[in-house]
Amino acid sequence: MPEFIAELLNHNDIFNATTLMHYWDGLVTTVQLVFLSLVIGLLMALPLAILRTVKNPLVSGPVWLYTYLFRGTPLLIQLYIIYYGVAQIPGIQDTFWWTIFREPFYPALLAFTLNTAAYTTEIIRGAIVATPNGEIEAAKAFGMNWAMRMRRIILPNAARRAVQAYSNEVIFMLHASAIASVVTIVDLTGAARDIYSRFYAPFDAFIFVALLYMMLTFILVFVFRKLENHLLKHQRPAGS
Amino acid sequence: MFDLKGYGPSLMEGAIVTIELAFLSLAVALALGLIGASSKLSGNRLLRNTATAYTTLIRGVPDLVMMLLFYYGGQVAVNNLSDLLYELYEIDFFFQFDPFISGVVTIGLIFGAYMTETFRGAFLAVEKGQIEAARAYGFTRWHAFRRVMLPQMLRHALPGIGNNWQVLLKTTALVSIIGLTDMVRVAEEAAKAERMPFHFFIPVALVYLGLTAGSELFIKWLDKRANVGVVHGD
Repeated sequence: MPEFIAELLNHNDIFNATTLMHYWDGLVTTVQLVFLSLVIGLLMALPLAILRTVKNPLVSGPVWLYTYLFRGTPLLIQLYIIYYGVAQIPGIQDTFWWTIFREPFYPALLAFTLNTAAYTTEIIRGAIVATPNGEIEAAKAFGMNWAMRMRRIILPNAARRAVQAYSNEVIFMLHASAIASVVTIVDLTGAARDIYSRFYAPFDAFIFVALLYMMLTFILVFVFRKLENHLLKHQRPAGS
Repeated sequence: MFDLKGYGPSLMEGAIVTIELAFLSLAVALALGLIGASSKLSGNRLLRNTATAYTTLIRGVPDLVMMLLFYYGGQVAVNNLSDLLYELYEIDFFFQFDPFISGVVTIGLIFGAYMTETFRGAFLAVEKGQIEAARAYGFTRWHAFRRVMLPQMLRHALPGIGNNWQVLLKTTALVSIIGLTDMVRVAEEAAKAERMPFHFFIPVALVYLGLTAGSELFIKWLDKRANVGVVHGD
């Protein structure tokens, strides 16, 4: 089998060891970018979603505005504003932030994080708001205060309700990350574009990368299905 | 309000390109969605499997990759076809695969897959007895679809169509990457030339915001109209 693969690679003009390494580097960049933005975005979204459900409009208003702005405009514009914008902040080029933001990876990470945090905030808010009143009343009757209700009753159940929508957001983020290639990041799509222009072979370059994305998507779908099964175990019919 | 440094008219033209693109893609997506949903629910196994393959494929691949494939690949395919036609039949045929067409085709194809799922759900939400009754009254299949199925199904499909439209609108920004002069592209060029990113991207962001906010209101109004006469539970 390895000989067969070696043979195939030797007689293939496009998919040789060098270009496959290029794709591999792109895959690593894509996974890093998506994973980091999702994790940071989720950590931001949880407190924001709780603030968004607070009755005082001075607290929930700004969060609403943030999610509205980031969900109402294309991610590409947000990326451009951050990527081209940070360099224009007066004096930034003299601070240590410049060493970070000079790399296109970090402006992209920031844009993706802010974007996914906005969507995730709304998903979690929806799940919190949908908590049945009886559960909250019961928690109150047990003498739980707000924080304890949140931690023990509302959030665990909200997580169950949110996981389906969140899995869609994760896949959306994976696909949206392809635009990182427009700010010169060599992610999976960036690698495919390099290989396209090197060999002028659009079908080979892009269909291969499409298959890689599809593989990543199916892995995510599988993982989330497992997670959903685990979280919703108590809802399955008895005996299954 | 904003001094657009003379880029105002081209930004305006770009905005019109964006809107044209969005509406044309929506039309393609709705047509594909209806065909896809009917295929998924049809008795024909081949049709069903084709539709399933279509939706699975589209939902697994990023829109930008799909767009690059159609844009760069489309031209190569057209060139190969015209070479072949010339060799075989000496037909001189050339067709420029421009970014606008690639954009409409790609966005239409992608959202056709999402519309397929929306319409499938909506078709299933209409009671089977309705169609049976229509057929019993001697309606032809087309008539039963047009007079009984479609009006009832639209009510269930509207929220889904609305969501897809909002996402579609934002996806149109991607065509600037394959070189179409939409407003994002104009803003990018202006921002680079004048070194004023905020100055040009923020108005464009506001236009998108206006479009999504306006659509939201319109969809709400449509939804209200479609649900006239529906008695909600509780």
